[in-house]
Amino acid sequence: MDPAQAAHAVFHVTPYTGYVYPNETVVPWSILIVIYPYLTGLVAGAFTVSSFYHVFGMERFKPVARFALIAALSFMVVVPLTLLSHLGHPERAFNAMMTPHTTSAMAIFGYVASFYVILLMLEIWFMFREDIVHNARHDRTWKRPFYRLMTLGSYEINELTRRYDHKWLMALAIIGIPAAHGLHGYVGFVFGSLKSREWWSSDLMPVIFLFSAIVSGISVLIIFYMLISLIRRVRIDEDCIKGMVLALWGFLMFTVTLEGVEFFALMYRAREGIEIIREYKDGPLFWRFTVMQIGIGALLPVLIMTLMVYFRTAGRKLLLGAFVSASLVLVSVIFMRYNVVIGGQEISKTMKGLLDYSVPYFGQEGWLMAAALLSTPLLFMYILTRFFNPWDDTAPVRAGGAHTRDSCRLGAGEQAPVSEGGASG
Amino acid sequence: MQPDESAPLPGRQDEQKSADRRRFLAGAGAACASAALASVLGPTLALGETRVSFPTPDYDWEKHNWGYGIDATKCIGCLRCVDACKNENGVAKDAHHFRTWVERYVYIEGEKHPRIDSQADPGNIAVSAPDASRFDDRYKDAKVEKAFFVPKMCNHCQEPSCVQVCPTGATYKTKDGAVLVDKSYCIGCQYCVQACPYGARYFNDVERRADKCTWCYHRISKGMNPACVEVCPVGARVFGDMNDKSSPISRFLKDNRVFVLKPEMGNKPTCFYIGIDKEVS
Repeated sequence: MDPAQAAHAVFHVTPYTGYVYPNETVVPWSILIVIYPYLTGLVAGAFTVSSFYHVFGMERFKPVARFALIAALSFMVVVPLTLLSHLGHPERAFNAMMTPHTTSAMAIFGYVASFYVILLMLEIWFMFREDIVHNARHDRTWKRPFYRLMTLGSYEINELTRRYDHKWLMALAIIGIPAAHGLHGYVGFVFGSLKSREWWSSDLMPVIFLFSAIVSGISVLIIFYMLISLIRRVRIDEDCIKGMVLALWGFLMFTVTLEGVEFFALMYRAREGIEIIREYKDGPLFWRFTVMQIGIGALLPVLIMTLMVYFRTAGRKLLLGAFVSASLVLVSVIFMRYNVVIGGQEISKTMKGLLDYSVPYFGQEGWLMAAALLSTPLLFMYILTRFFNPWDDTAPVRAGGAHTRDSCRLGAGEQAPVSEGGASG
Repeated sequence: MQPDESAPLPGRQDEQKSADRRRFLAGAGAACASAALASVLGPTLALGETRVSFPTPDYDWEKHNWGYGIDATKCIGCLRCVDACKNENGVAKDAHHFRTWVERYVYIEGEKHPRIDSQADPGNIAVSAPDASRFDDRYKDAKVEKAFFVPKMCNHCQEPSCVQVCPTGATYKTKDGAVLVDKSYCIGCQYCVQACPYGARYFNDVERRADKCTWCYHRISKGMNPACVEVCPVGARVFGDMNDKSSPISRFLKDNRVFVLKPEMGNKPTCFYIGIDKEVS
């Protein structure tokens, strides 16, 4: 058919084996929907680490607690961008919020996500209020008007306001726990609630998404904290890293167990069409799932961290082990997102055929677009940290008011200890 | 504005201001609310008064309950339905977008499972001409035990997954039983494409929105048959009003033991089949 040739230019056709429904040869959700849950997961996971300190009072997480929220917001800003870039009519996106169809899992997502973004911004504001007021008074750069605006007219800092801020911070952090985790569990529900695809249709899906989110968030904080500390030439707080490694270790074991249970249950139930799932598992999924997601991405870091915990590894080895483990986990989680989102669509609804999707390099759903969207949070993170310094060691002297911002940074920067909380954990 | 004498105390001035603001906000709020109310109630009221419904003014969708029957024992795989549908509804003429398609099931001697293909198979496309789709003769020398065709399309389910998951309500179930897409409201998220267990939906790349079979709603609401039913030379496709006891679909349902596709999904299709096989899904 000649028109078919012409039409190939505007959509991406996926080759297949066996029998698939003709309409299935154009895969609806592609790489953008892979990075959407990936980013949402990083948000939820970073928030978890922040709440370790802010809610549960674990002092050893203090060095990254403030940065975690900045990171969460930076990732969260890009989440709607991935969805909007994917829509056929992004200009109509608000239809879903203005006239939400209440039976749709996706319709409610807009509200859940907006609620969480507002909560996150409020929490960051309360957390940095003292710094904002300080900078609004003493900053001598072009940023001063911004800080003055951000004070929202309130310049008062004393014991009473501190208690008040802390009360709010605590309350928001507590509400944030179900909000952040609900947000991501919800993303799992978007997939898990669909009965049309055996690969997705699982009650465990929201839980698996949630736990893989937590491990990815912890990992991204380990990596960013270490890299940024290297760039800033400050000492990495070993105790903080150790805390994050322990958290990652625990949550990762749980995540792998869940993923294993889900997979084995699917194989063991062996419902209609299991032959095609077996074929898929032994074929394209062998590398992507068995080797990358489970083997190298999850079991290897579990092993590394188990050894580190057993031998009480410290010093450079601890940092190296943490960095390698965290990197592997991030790889595992992106493979998990890919295997769920793309994997679900590669198994035909006929259960009699497999599609072989390959992500194009260019275009709306290509690697380039995905890379651009994945790196956008770095830009946001850079900008946000220019305005809100999340690092304790260079924070302006609280309530002192006598020092300028620069003198604070210099003075604190030369003193080696990173945080007061470091020793107490 | 009076000068000094009427100048109120600072506090009173604030009150005055806030009273003004309240009045303004109340006015604006009322305007917004009435606009919203009008936009919500407007169409509903209009519908109630004049019994107007999409797309024909004198068509009352509450008086019909459409149903569709497919007799696979009659289908000869001529694919006129597929071509007629594409022409009637402006469906992209390629091998990846179909509102209806026909599957061919062939059991070869000694093989456990049937071989399945549709008109979208590259081999079949190779022997097809534009607007004249064909199945090729790849099995002419094979020892065929059993073979049959199964026309497929949107099942216009009573419990449609696509309607359930649509975030905006752009996909909806009409009162006469069809499942339609409001093309001006669809955001193109393709959640419905994922949710349909039957693969009946596709993304319209030109209009950038979800698309599917409408039972030729523009025809049936004028008393005509869907294009696929109209062109079927053997009567394998049956359509009609299930409220009307003498309609073709009512007789089809009365005279046959019918089956639906994937009943375990709980979607309750209103496309009823006879003569399909356990391998058909």
